[in-house]
Amino acid sequence: MIGLHAYLVVAAMLFTIGVFGIFVNRKNVIIILMSVELILLAVNINFVAFSTYLHDVQGQIMAMFVLTVAAAEAAVGLAILVTFFRNRGDIAVDDASVMKG
Amino acid sequence: MLQGIAFYLLATVTVVSGLLVVTMKNPVHSVLFLILAFFSAAGLFVLLGAEFLAMLLVVVYVGAVAVLFLFVVMMLDVDFVGLREGFTRYMPLAIIVATILLIEMILITAKVVTGGAGATATAVAVATPDASNIETIGRVLYTDYVYFFQAAGIVLLIAMIGAIVLTLRHKPGVRRQKIHDQVTRNAKTAIEIKGAVSGAGLNPEELR
Repeated sequence: MIGLHAYLVVAAMLFTIGVFGIFVNRKNVIIILMSVELILLAVNINFVAFSTYLHDVQGQIMAMFVLTVAAAEAAVGLAILVTFFRNRGDIAVDDASVMKG
Repeated sequence: MLQGIAFYLLATVTVVSGLLVVTMKNPVHSVLFLILAFFSAAGLFVLLGAEFLAMLLVVVYVGAVAVLFLFVVMMLDVDFVGLREGFTRYMPLAIIVATILLIEMILITAKVVTGGAGATATAVAVATPDASNIETIGRVLYTDYVYFFQAAGIVLLIAMIGAIVLTLRHKPGVRRQKIHDQVTRNAKTAIEIKGAVSGAGLNPEELR
């Protein structure tokens, strides 16, 4: 039987991969957005694992809300990315401070 | 036994494809591995007995978010080679930070499982044998969490409006229907009467 700990370790590894991806792809905002999605997926795995092992469905409800916010975040982030690309012609985010008002 | 094999297979695929997402040279491949990671995570959810969330993960992430990513990656004509500079430079620091983070989190989860909230955790069982997973979720979501549910809907609506507003663009050369101008037109502004002398002909310059 698979214990709770195994699921938590998988989630921890996915979370770490997400943080690692943000670190190494400092310029590519598309990969950064995907890393954020991986981090949110790790959080969801944690929620669902605890929900199952503690016999409480509220964890799954929270995971659903996390999913909603992740979808909204991806949509708005990619829209900002498209606008940024139109204005500048590339998507290097390390000089994105030119957008400040 | 079979569950153990399924878990280790799905967990390995999830973690390896997650790692490939952040290390691939071509972002299109990254998106495809992201889809694979979400699929395997959905399999993990099925193993945990959360069938509805597994289906939601496939529908929302694979069906919508990943396709959106794929669409943007393929639509934008970006020099992805130039964006990878600094990859090897930040790699050692990133590996150190990631290793420390992973060790810390694994230690914390071990503590949680033995002494914290997970101490009372029992093996996977059907949460409520008399009701299916989706029925249980529905009962809680539409009663205790109904305001949060509505708020989630508003969040999605605002995200949709925001994405449209951000990407909507009016090209300068394209003529568009201006309904306000059409409706506010009347006889006084629409026509102009010019006097013309009989028999003298018309000078096009004067008519302007």
